[in-house]
Amino acid sequence: MTIPRQLVTIVRKDLLLEWRGRSRILSVVLFGVVTLLLFSFAVGPDSVMLRAAGGGFLVLALLLSSILSLSESFRVEQEQRAIEGLLLLPIDPVALYYGKTISNTLFLSLLAPILSPIALVLYSFEIGPTEFLSLIGLWVLSAAGLSAPGTLYAAMTSRLQSQDVLLPLLYFPLVTPVLMGAVKSVSLILNGDPMSQLGSWAALLTGFAVIYWSLCGLLFVNVIEEGS
Amino acid sequence: MKPISKWIHVLGITGLVLLFVGSWIGLFVAPSERFMGDVQRIMYVHVPTAWNAMLGYTFAFAFAVASLWTSRPKWDSAVTATIEVSLLLNALLLVQGSIWARATWGVWWDWDVRLTTSLIMLLLFAGVLAMRSFVQDPDRKATWTAVAAIVAYIDVPMVYFCVRWWRSLHQVQSTPETVSSSMILPLRMNAFALLFLGIWMVVYRARLETLRRRQDQVAEPARLASVGGMEDV
Repeated sequence: MTIPRQLVTIVRKDLLLEWRGRSRILSVVLFGVVTLLLFSFAVGPDSVMLRAAGGGFLVLALLLSSILSLSESFRVEQEQRAIEGLLLLPIDPVALYYGKTISNTLFLSLLAPILSPIALVLYSFEIGPTEFLSLIGLWVLSAAGLSAPGTLYAAMTSRLQSQDVLLPLLYFPLVTPVLMGAVKSVSLILNGDPMSQLGSWAALLTGFAVIYWSLCGLLFVNVIEEGS
Repeated sequence: MKPISKWIHVLGITGLVLLFVGSWIGLFVAPSERFMGDVQRIMYVHVPTAWNAMLGYTFAFAFAVASLWTSRPKWDSAVTATIEVSLLLNALLLVQGSIWARATWGVWWDWDVRLTTSLIMLLLFAGVLAMRSFVQDPDRKATWTAVAAIVAYIDVPMVYFCVRWWRSLHQVQSTPETVSSSMILPLRMNAFALLFLGIWMVVYRARLETLRRRQDQVAEPARLASVGGMEDV
């Protein structure tokens, strides 16, 4: 089986498993909604402040939800040592990494059409269809930037008992540039972009996504070979 | 195991002497800066600390690549030692920067891009060491440390170039053309002083790491036997 075919098989397997159980996507969406509500409670009913910080809250909801999704993506492979079976088939580690990263990007992207309307209502934003589509596009770009290093670290930490502690410890500082770019871009869409800065921030997000996807894909072979 | 070369001790002592002389010149001989006054003198340790912290992380990156490439334990010891010493310099950098910021900007901390990326750099490499402490298997520990160090290094060029890429409260890098020659001497002396002291600490720390690994590799019964505890087992 060629590497692209293996990659498609991995993505299909993950989507099929998720469709059958639907536990991961449900818990991640619910967690995202609860996070948005908690941020609103923390700020209080000040609509001006909520509107100013709303973009940041939306991206933070994505970031915090991503931890749940990422840790789950490799936990299922550890059950009954499924990862060893996959590698013995043999599935190429490159196909395994990019398959898992694409699945994780898809899961996180699914949050956009659910969490964005909730945030728009909670924080009293009024945007048109073009801005909404830009918001979804940027969300997918941010999800891609988060998924690449997240998948690598999830693969590493899934074999450790202290995964819940270590994954956020390694992952959060690393994705801070993506977080900052995403917060700025989303805030520009929600609050207006008079200086036309959105393109530059989107380019920055794309740059980070490309760096993370290339570098982490290159290093994943070492991680999986050492761990298996 | 070969003893540490005497030249390393010479390097360490030279570093200490240079640090003392460089700081003396910086504090008492170099002229006051026209706008900031004596507060600027912290630059004679702050800038060399920043240079050496980033240089240390760059070496950690190179050692991590060598560790992955060759799988030899000596590179893993070098990665760990270099990250630890660079973390120390990184923490000192943030403290010195805060003291300077309080005196010139009026605040201990500002969410400026240079300060933020420097703090993230500290957290990233501290995370690498934290992860390392959770892994038991030495081969896996070495590989994962190298991988995490390479990924964390992405932030280091950002720290250096961010003041040029974004609008920043922090000034851009100076050049010998923009700094008085009387200020360059203490700056360079302290830079070499911290470099020599850093190398001295890295060599000792790497040796300690290698000894620890060897101790862990000794089987438990052999260790017990060496202290006369086999009869009780």
